[in-house]
Parts: sequence; C-alpha cells; structure tokens
Amino acid sequence: MTAIDDRRAQPGGLNQPRDGTPLIAVRELSKVYPMAKGERVQALSRINMEIGQGEFVSLVGPSGCGKTTVLRILAGLIADYTGDVSVSGKSLHGPSREVGVVFQDANLMPWRTALANVLLPAEVLGLNRKQARARAQELLSMVGLEGFERKLPGELSGGMRQRVAIARALIHDPAVLLLDEPFGALDAMTRDTMNVELAAIAARSKKTVFLITHSIAEAVFLSDRVLVMSSRPGRIVEVIPVQLPRPRGLDIIVDLGFAATVLRIRRLLDGDTASALPSIAH
Amino acid sequence: MSDATAPELKLPAAPLPRLPAWLRARPELALTPLVFVVVLGLWQAVVSLGLVSQYVLPAPSNIGLALFEGLRSGLFLKHGLVTLGEAAGGFAIAVTAGLLIGTLIAEVRLVERAVYPYLVMVQTMPKIALAPLLVVWFGFGSTSKVAVAAIISFFPMLVTTLAGMRATDQGRLDVLRALGAGPIRCFLLAKLPDALPHIFSGLSIAVVFCMTGAIVGEFVGASAGLGYLIVQANARMNIPQVFAILLALGAIGVAGYALVQGLRRRLLFWEPKQELSRP
Repeated sequence: MTAIDDRRAQPGGLNQPRDGTPLIAVRELSKVYPMAKGERVQALSRINMEIGQGEFVSLVGPSGCGKTTVLRILAGLIADYTGDVSVSGKSLHGPSREVGVVFQDANLMPWRTALANVLLPAEVLGLNRKQARARAQELLSMVGLEGFERKLPGELSGGMRQRVAIARALIHDPAVLLLDEPFGALDAMTRDTMNVELAAIAARSKKTVFLITHSIAEAVFLSDRVLVMSSRPGRIVEVIPVQLPRPRGLDIIVDLGFAATVLRIRRLLDGDTASALPSIAH
Repeated sequence: MSDATAPELKLPAAPLPRLPAWLRARPELALTPLVFVVVLGLWQAVVSLGLVSQYVLPAPSNIGLALFEGLRSGLFLKHGLVTLGEAAGGFAIAVTAGLLIGTLIAEVRLVERAVYPYLVMVQTMPKIALAPLLVVWFGFGSTSKVAVAAIISFFPMLVTTLAGMRATDQGRLDVLRALGAGPIRCFLLAKLPDALPHIFSGLSIAVVFCMTGAIVGEFVGASAGLGYLIVQANARMNIPQVFAILLALGAIGVAGYALVQGLRRRLLFWEPKQELSRP
C-alpha cells in the first residue's frame, strides 16, 4: 500500500488529467459523518483527484466505500467537508451551474411530460424559455427519445426514463456531467446499450464526465481513467489509465487489453487472495 | 336479451352458461340492483304483514312518500341548503387550515416541536363532544355548525397533509437541490405535487366529516338545517321523514365524495392508470 500512497502523493503522478488545467480539482478531501452516541464515521479520507476538460473518469469501489459521498459533494448536496473542491477553478460549497447530475434513479417528476422534465433545470435556473425548449428537443433526440416528448414518465421504460434524466442533466449546458450508478437499476442488456450510448453522448457533447459505478467492466469500457477506491475509510488506492482506442464497441469485451485492465482493477478491489478470474457479471 | 341464447364466447364449461357476455364479465351490474330489490321487498313485506311496528321501521313505500313530499314542498331543499352551506364553510376552513398547518409542521421543525404534541392530544379526543361548547360560544346560528364541521374535518386534513409532505421523494428533491433550488421551489415543484395523493385521501374523508359536523351542530341546537329537521321529525314520531332525510343526506354525501374523486382524477392524472400501461 505504501507504494500506492506514494504515487498518489507525488505531484504529476497518474492522478492527473492528461492535459491542461483541471476542470475538477479535489485536494485532501475528507468527510466525517457524526453518528448517534457521539460516534464518528470517517467516510472519506484525504481524497485527491483532478479531472481535465473533456475527460471521462470513473470511480469504482465496493459498496459503502464513500463513492456516492464524493459525488454528492461534487453535486453540491453535501457542503460540510474538509479539504478543497473546485470546479472550473471556483471553490465548491453548494450547488453549481457548472454541474449536471444523473442519479441511480431517474427521479423524474411523474406529473411532468418527458419534455417538461428535461426543462425543469431551465425553470429553476431561469433560463430563456424559447432557447431551452429548442435545446430540450435537441437533447431528447440525442438520447434517442424523439417523439416521446409528451409522454409521462409512467409511460416510459426504465431505460427511457434514465435517458430523460441524462437529457435533463445537460439542459443547462454544464461543464461537468456527474453520474451516480446511472444504470444500476436497469437490466443487463439495457445497461449495455445505455453504456454504448453514454459513450457516444459524452463524445458528442464533449462534456467532462465523472461516473460512479461498482461495475468494473462498465468503468473500463467508458473511461479514460479509472479511480479505484477502498472503504473504511474511503480513499483512492490506485489510478488506472485505460489505453483503449475510441470509439469502443461492445465487442471490446474480448479485447486482451480490456480484460487485463478489468483484471487489474478486480485484483485491487478483491486483494491478492481473490480469484484471478474476473466474474462475467462485473 | 335476444342474445341470451346465443353466446358468442365459446368458454369451456362456463359457470353461467346462458347469460349474456356483459353479465358474465360484470355480474355486479345485475347483482347490486338485485340485492336492493330483494332487501326492499323483504322490508316492505315485513312491515306490511305487521311483523314490525310502523313506528320502529316505516315501510319503504312510506319513506318514498315522505321523501317525495319533502322534495316537492321545498322543505328539504330549504333546510338542505342551510346544512350544505354550514358543511361547505366548515370544509373550506378545515382544508385551508389543514393544508397550512400541516405544511408548516412538516417544513418547520420549531413549529412541529411547539404545536404537534397538543394537536395529537386534541386529536385523540372525540371532537363531537365539543359541539355543545361551540354552540355556547358561537350561538344557535350557522356559525357554531360551521365551527363543528371545521373542527371535525380539520384533523383528517392535517394528518394526511403532514403524511404527504413527509412522503416526498428524496431523489426528486436531490435533483432540485443540486440545481440550487430554494425551499419554496422545492415545495412547489416536488413536495406539493408529491403530497397530492395523500391530500386527496384527506379531502375525501373531510368532505364526509364536514356533513357529520354540521348535522351534529344542528342536533345540539338550531332553528334550521336537515339535522334540526331530523330532531323535529323524531320528536313528532314522523319516522318516515327521518328516513327520507337520511336518504337526502346520503345523496349529498355521495355528491361531495364524487366531486372530490372527479377532481382527483383531474389533478392526479399521472397515477396510477399510466403505471399499468407502461411498455
């Protein structure tokens, strides 16, 4: 572990974007949750990471390692933390316009049509109605939901609802797209399709994407870099660059480079004693 | 019923082979009126045969006559409008207060801590017992009846509003909060619509309770209203009229309930039928 910690501490180590100034910079981020009876749980311990403009970075780790806490801090939903977090050079203490979030559940308003759901951030942020409407139409076609504008969420499938959520996260043209296990609630086949489309959306919109997932294959398939987290306390143990050519198709799963990267992350997460063979499910 | 002998559906060993399809699909369409006719027939027979005194249980025919007479003379309309006005006033007050206080308790911690224990205490009391007191306070006119109706319907409104506000989907709130939405936006865009199903449960209880309140208020002391009329008829042993007024009250109750349900279907268009037609 010391070797890994050293690498993390080194300036210019792997935990750096490939080029330019970082869009997201997290330094010495720690978070402690107070529990009942005065106990304290260290959720995050000295997290350091930088994500560059246009980069796709994933954070993988076991359940309860604090992945979601990292995302909620970046989303501005948790404001009391120690350390520095900045987006586009501005210190983050609360919600930022620069950020769009997609949660595990689509969290659509069931009383709003798909279009009205996509327009929700525009209403809250007070954007120009006409422009927002046109952009919402565009985004809905980008996520493959042309013709479904007037449908209510109850009339859409799980995958379609999550597509609406992605369009909603992009309506105010944020610099960063945060995704918290966005396809965790979908079935495996839909999930694969959604991942291919997410890669395409990320490429087309040129957004910086930060994805939380516990699927290693998903992280490797989508990312430029994968941050590996361990739990208790949550910390980043390794940063794995993914050197696979883009665009990547689903058949990349049989690529040796892909398999080697997945295996490397799996070993990091399971420890050396675990089976060397990656499970297909992950 | 020409198609009764020619069933189009070839169901193997249908339990009711000779019935038309609509009746087989929805037997309650025939059964419900049948029960009504049978019960009414038995009732009429029992009274006509002198098995039960007319004073205890008037015959359906007499009740029908009393109802017709009450409606024709305008007596029921006059007193019905009084009761309806009192109930509507109480309903309006109860709904407004229930929504406001329920929202305040759900949203403001301090209000919850200060007020909620007392509300629980009052809620465990039978509110009808307050009716005589309210008549002393507000007099024999309509105001005291409005007050009884309001107090009785207030608690279901309060409790359901509170439950609704607490049932807010946290995920939807997260979406709004991540956009920097303030408490008022969160309330209007997520909490209130999310609470509507609960609020409508409260409304359908309150719409029935407010009639009860108005009637009870009139029982205690009044010079008009259907409750007053019942007391009068009872005193004169005009039992058929008592039954006729009960029927009128039932009709008003059903109308109020239907109104609330109609509004519910309008406002809660997203649930739950759409859920079923999900592809």
